[in-house]
Amino acid sequence: MTSDHAAASDHAADIDKHVRIYITVFVTLMVLTIITVLIARVHLPIPIAISVAMLVAIIKGSLVACYFMHLISEKKLIYAVLGLTLAFFVVLLALPALTHADGYWIH
Amino acid sequence: MDIPYTVELRRDTGLNNGKIGIWLFLASEVMLFGALFATYILLRTGAQTWPRGDTILNVPLATFNTIVLISSSVTMVMAWASLMRGRFGTFRLYMGGTVLLGFVFLVVKYFEYSHKFHDGLFPSTNNFLAIYFTLTGLHMLHVMGGMAVNAYFWGPGAKQWKTDPAWFTNRVENSGLFWHFVDLVWIFLFPTLYLL
Repeated sequence: MTSDHAAASDHAADIDKHVRIYITVFVTLMVLTIITVLIARVHLPIPIAISVAMLVAIIKGSLVACYFMHLISEKKLIYAVLGLTLAFFVVLLALPALTHADGYWIH
Repeated sequence: MDIPYTVELRRDTGLNNGKIGIWLFLASEVMLFGALFATYILLRTGAQTWPRGDTILNVPLATFNTIVLISSSVTMVMAWASLMRGRFGTFRLYMGGTVLLGFVFLVVKYFEYSHKFHDGLFPSTNNFLAIYFTLTGLHMLHVMGGMAVNAYFWGPGAKQWKTDPAWFTNRVENSGLFWHFVDLVWIFLFPTLYLL
């Protein structure tokens, strides 16, 4: 076997491994979707329901980002861009909480 | 003049230009949806009462749409994997499936919206419906945009496979990154609007 053939064979095996991971992630996402709907039917108190639903959504989102979007093996620059974005995103979501702390809702 | 760094990697970034471009665009998209999620939190925490989504919206239809969109993400990544294996015919099948699943998502959304309008529920009815229609409407526009790009790569754009397969594969990967982002947004929209 020439080195070109060996490299092509390794490449094909690598893609096959990726495909197996995609299918595993797909099944996991389906199971988590069903879990999300079933938990919602229990009618937990709102703070607990929000926490559980967001936790499951974060797990699902992480699976999509890490494996379908290949973030698990990306270059440092992409991580830097996303790290900065995440920081601003957290500030954005914290703004309503800061508004509360300001006493805006206290009449 | 050829477009630089479509396939070869830049020394400074370690990436081709398309890849860094799409990720910067997605970063701006995170902020766009982030602003609307912050609006949702502000409206909800500031309201005296807030309806549970499942009392107004159709959860079975939305669950079905969640399954459709997740499935389309898998067909999308399989389309890219097919190109990486050099199997153009399989790519066509998976990419066609992705576009079709996107279409199914839109048809279900059409029925959902029609039902709401028929019941006299509009964005102007209350804050819950205002943020529901804004978030899902914007998301739907993203689905349409992603479908248009994917349909192009399935159809006329696929000619590039014969002339520059490596660049074509990268373009499909970038299109896939956008499509997965659309799926990711829905993963958060579904529980937020429909279940809580």
